[in-house]
Amino acid sequence: MLNSQLILNQSIIQDEWTFVPLPNANEEVKKQAGKLVLYKLTGESQPSELQINETVIPQTGKIILPLRVYLKNRNTLQARLKNDEISLWFATHEILEPLLASEKNINVFPLIAVFSERFQDGRIFTLGNLLRTRYQFTNILRACGDILQDQLFYLKRSGFDSYLIKAGKDSNEALKALQSFSEPYQGAVDIKNPVWKRKVRS
Amino acid sequence: MYQYDVIDQTIVNERVSQFRDQTARYLNGKLTDDEFRPLRLQNGLYIQRHAPMLRIAIPYGLLSSKQLRKLADIADRFDRGYGHFSTRQNLQLNWPKLEETPDILEELSKVEMHAIQTSGNCVRNITTDQYAGVAPDEIIDPRAIAEILRQWSTFHPEFSHLPRKFKIAVSGSKQDRAIVQAHDIGLEFYYDKEEKMAIRVWVGGGLGRTPILGSIIREHLEWHHVLTYCEAIIRVYNLHGRRDNIFKARIKILVKNLGIEEFRKQVEAEWLHLKNSPNTINENELKRVAKFFTAMPYEKLNDQDSTYDEAIQNNRAFASWVKRSVHLHKQKGYRTITLSLKPHGLAPGDATSAQMRIIAELADLYSFGELRVSHEQNLILADVKLKDIFKVWEKAKAHQLATPNIGLLTDIICCPGGDFCSLANAKSIPIATSIQEAFDDLDYLHDIGELELNISGCMNACGHHHVGHIGILGVDKDGSEWYQVTIGGKQGNDASIGTVIGPSFAADEMPGVIKKLINVYIEHRDPEERFIDTVRRLGINPFKEYVYA
Repeated sequence: MLNSQLILNQSIIQDEWTFVPLPNANEEVKKQAGKLVLYKLTGESQPSELQINETVIPQTGKIILPLRVYLKNRNTLQARLKNDEISLWFATHEILEPLLASEKNINVFPLIAVFSERFQDGRIFTLGNLLRTRYQFTNILRACGDILQDQLFYLKRSGFDSYLIKAGKDSNEALKALQSFSEPYQGAVDIKNPVWKRKVRS
Repeated sequence: MYQYDVIDQTIVNERVSQFRDQTARYLNGKLTDDEFRPLRLQNGLYIQRHAPMLRIAIPYGLLSSKQLRKLADIADRFDRGYGHFSTRQNLQLNWPKLEETPDILEELSKVEMHAIQTSGNCVRNITTDQYAGVAPDEIIDPRAIAEILRQWSTFHPEFSHLPRKFKIAVSGSKQDRAIVQAHDIGLEFYYDKEEKMAIRVWVGGGLGRTPILGSIIREHLEWHHVLTYCEAIIRVYNLHGRRDNIFKARIKILVKNLGIEEFRKQVEAEWLHLKNSPNTINENELKRVAKFFTAMPYEKLNDQDSTYDEAIQNNRAFASWVKRSVHLHKQKGYRTITLSLKPHGLAPGDATSAQMRIIAELADLYSFGELRVSHEQNLILADVKLKDIFKVWEKAKAHQLATPNIGLLTDIICCPGGDFCSLANAKSIPIATSIQEAFDDLDYLHDIGELELNISGCMNACGHHHVGHIGILGVDKDGSEWYQVTIGGKQGNDASIGTVIGPSFAADEMPGVIKKLINVYIEHRDPEERFIDTVRRLGINPFKEYVYA
């Protein structure tokens, strides 16, 4: 059994990509309903200029860059991009418009990863769907971050084919979840037609 | 009613295995509390005050006698011999054991039942009019589309982790009985100018902490597009609904913040991409599902029965029950009967396993073996012949199922409240029973006439208190339980949200407060005027002044 947290399609594989994180931003403290609560903004924040500038880009090898870091350094990365060394990641609250404006064909990237900070954040499913159906991305679509076994089936149906299971969780056990349901009702990304168009029903 | 084929059955069986595995992983420490929470919730399992609570799905409130018997068996084997019918037309068990829930789900799967998506941040059980298919004012029977929506929403991958819960109601009658305006999406069916089935789509309604009635997002939607249009709405919500504050996460907040015009613009733009995509329904699929909801094999009867008329003449108790519990029917010689789960002094909406078996027997003998659950938490026999009504009454009465209070003050809609629910700020059942006891005089109750009284134990408004003619909300003040009173709420086509009359009351004051409200009504009412009409005519001031005098 391979000791890796990465699933591609139905198999556990070694990761050939290096994930490049953004440097940490300061967490915000907001006053709410009379109580001081600490929470990370889930919808509002985009990476700051400081974070983008301070990101260290490895000079060799296959790397997954933060979307905004890529856009900032686009020109200097073109040779490596042609060499299939550059992929992107973005978080569920980031907007895709700057990417779509800059790249006519997003299939120049061999891989796009969507980072989900909390597994309950269901935006990842809509983003996967949009990347596959509306923006016609056909290469590897990876889910990373707080990725757990029990959301894999939904991720697969939303167009993901690669899943980096959260550290400490059993990726071999997680594989089973991809087979949770044999004939789903509704059409989605993986199986386009609803069951009543696929099967004769009584 | 709808019957599973091998595809439906396989999905439910696979769900049982999936949840058995998830529960085992939780119990052996492989899943944390936080990781297990959404999984158990999407299977209807709450961790409550005394024990877990399991909410079993009753899709659009339709049940067979066989299913009700199974629920009775489950209540005996896994619980304490009773269940609670909820305002979402579901059944809740208050005392199951966490370790046994996979076994309960397995038992349910044997009668084509489950607990899928009865809670959690996903599309919940689709609800509709309890008189669907039999109501004289029905334009379109909404159940086929409700079933199609059920299948489409079951494990919808894109909408499995929404910002918050999502409720859809469908209605096809002149008088709305499904409260479409108080749902995240409300679908109102009608025939358009070309005599084609069309849908008026409401969005952004909801009760809870911030009660808002929905807005019309689309006046005319061809029925083929109902799924893709819902997908467009929920997609915009999934991407842009707030996820940082649970109290502002419902779609109603997004619609309110954006304004209906802007929200509509975004949805329509999204729908341009989704329109005519594979989930678009076609004639064949509608026909296939609709054939499960065709009219019962009715006998040709007169719309009059002499034994029934004589029983009304000769038996005052029967006559007063008929007045409240027997409703007109599309088919001549048939009536629809509501069995009251609101006997005075007991928890509203509760039924014992013995009562469930009696009701199943009544359904088999007199109503084609089918039952409905109403969002008012009563059970309905939809298709009873006039000549059988007296027999139904006798049996129902012998088992405390014939309190003649349907639609009256003591037909209280009530959540489980602080006795069971860990979300509640205050108890609700003891308030309901103390009011029922204070209005135990049936003649007086009938004289007061139609009145809807709703009680919720907290802001989450499971008792729909905002749309009660009188609404009672349990609130927590410095650790003790208080009750805030609203009047003037109403469900239906002319829905409204009630107005708070003033500072809240202690529990023991509540029966007296209700009596005072009723006194003001009786003093000021015009002939034939209902409580709600008097409140609408006079405003809340006369009520407020008298109650706080």
